[in-house]
Amino acid sequence: MNKVYNNRAWWLILPMLLLVAFTAIIPLMTVVNYSVQDVFDAHTRFFTGTEWFKQMLNDPALQAALVRQFAFSLTVLAIEVPLGIGIALIMPKKGWQASAMLILVTMPLLIPWNVVGSIWQIFTRGDIGLMGWGLRELGYGYNITANPVDAWATIILMDVWHWTPLIALLCFSGLRSIPDAYYQAARIDRASKWAIFRHIQLPKLTNVLVIGVLLRFMYSFKIYAEPFVLTGGGPGSSTTFLSQSLTTMAIGQQDLGPSAAFSLIYFLIILLVCWVFYTAIMNMQKDDKNKEG
Amino acid sequence: MRNILPTTPEAVRDRAAAANNRRRRRARSASTQWRRRGLVGIYVIFLMLPIYWLLNMSFQSNNEILSALTLWPQDFTAEHYVKIFTTSNWYMGYVNSISYVLMNMLISIVVALPAAYAFSRYKFIGDKHLFFWLLTNLMAPPAVFLLPYFQLYYTVGLFDTHFSVALAHCLFNIPLAVWILEGFMSGVPKEVDEMAFIDGYSFPKFFVKIFVPMISSGIGVTLFFLFMFSWVELLLANTLTATNAQPIASVMTQTKGASGIDWGTLSAAGVLTILPGIVVVYFVRNHIAKGFALGRT
Repeated sequence: MNKVYNNRAWWLILPMLLLVAFTAIIPLMTVVNYSVQDVFDAHTRFFTGTEWFKQMLNDPALQAALVRQFAFSLTVLAIEVPLGIGIALIMPKKGWQASAMLILVTMPLLIPWNVVGSIWQIFTRGDIGLMGWGLRELGYGYNITANPVDAWATIILMDVWHWTPLIALLCFSGLRSIPDAYYQAARIDRASKWAIFRHIQLPKLTNVLVIGVLLRFMYSFKIYAEPFVLTGGGPGSSTTFLSQSLTTMAIGQQDLGPSAAFSLIYFLIILLVCWVFYTAIMNMQKDDKNKEG
Repeated sequence: MRNILPTTPEAVRDRAAAANNRRRRRARSASTQWRRRGLVGIYVIFLMLPIYWLLNMSFQSNNEILSALTLWPQDFTAEHYVKIFTTSNWYMGYVNSISYVLMNMLISIVVALPAAYAFSRYKFIGDKHLFFWLLTNLMAPPAVFLLPYFQLYYTVGLFDTHFSVALAHCLFNIPLAVWILEGFMSGVPKEVDEMAFIDGYSFPKFFVKIFVPMISSGIGVTLFFLFMFSWVELLLANTLTATNAQPIASVMTQTKGASGIDWGTLSAAGVLTILPGIVVVYFVRNHIAKGFALGRT
């Protein structure tokens, strides 16, 4: 669309800007302020410069949490994206089955995150949970409170259960926007199923998939409530992700300076990854326009 | 052409071969259909099993839960639901959650509508940077803002009110609303605006009377997402409230008692947090398919 250059558009943005400034800029500035000071009480504080940042970057516990975080985010993306595409392809397209399926698939997305944790806690407990009990009956000593592998597998399974619907629904709506004429043309050409997927469906899905991957990356990087309820970060600290380390430090130990520095590092990592995605989206839209024009 | 009888032996053979092919293809597509249905069935079972288990637990007495594993309630009881609906602490949790979610939806949509319009129709100084900055707020981990929020809302006297949570959730909901609405608004041709202005509509009148009705399905989808992300968030809601505006999610942590966890009540409360979501999905079910692409297909 040809946009008109008009700076009065700022007036339309102003209410939103004020509100977001109140909820985002002021708190962020507070964080920056804390990150360069050592606060003893309301009246005693010292300027420390970059000391907290150095300390945080060299902290082995946080480095481990960062590695775990990336391992987790990449694993769930690698599982959920192909699975979501697959489910979108086999979902019924018409009639009451389609509506019923949509409602069922959307359900996990609308459950509060801590309740998701509770559901899986109840489901996987060895004594009262169907899955935990079943695995033990089958002869596998399943125990998420003692075995880190079990804890990881369960958290990944929970995340797949919780978030694959998002990718599936995005892809489903992308597939719905393909005109029937495309499929008819493919049938005339005797195209195989794979060829239809590769040359008709996948190109149409790229737009929604970029949104999906972006949202999934962001939300998996911010994950807090589900593993906190399910495993509490344990056994040991094998499932402690960044948000939980930060919350423990900020609220539990009240270490204002270090946790503020940690917050900023955390935020910058997400910002960097998302900037890459954002530029990719913008370039793709430009390419589309060039093709159309 | 089909009705003409074949006259040469070659034509007869051709037609028989074609019919054979058709039959075989139909048989194959029937078997792929069944395989497809089987896969959908497996996925639905995987989706529903944990939720069924929660439902199963919520109708059992704590005695039954702990004594033996039963696949369905042997001794059906609704005591946990009765407890939730008769204890003010419990049911107020739901009222609190729903009230801050509704407030947040209202605030977000009202300020996001004009902003999204500006982004979809005009170029102005800093528009691209502003848009990216908005998206960064969507990415910000709530854990980063935990401490400053607590101090900020405490200072301005909003701590432990519904309004504080509604405002805090604006952090990620306003950018989300602007992002989704911008997609839908860009789908409306610009000639609509120009025609309205030629017809003498003022901007506010045009916006409310013509433009908003045109993107009503987009607004519906946006409201659905706003509901979703505000309803499921816990960390901020939990930190900014104490007793007066406590969300249901933090009331649920009280099931941990001296004698262990009250599994039955926890399950019943969990089931009740799923219900509002189902109601909302039911209303927007015909728009989900289109809406999830956020107006960008």
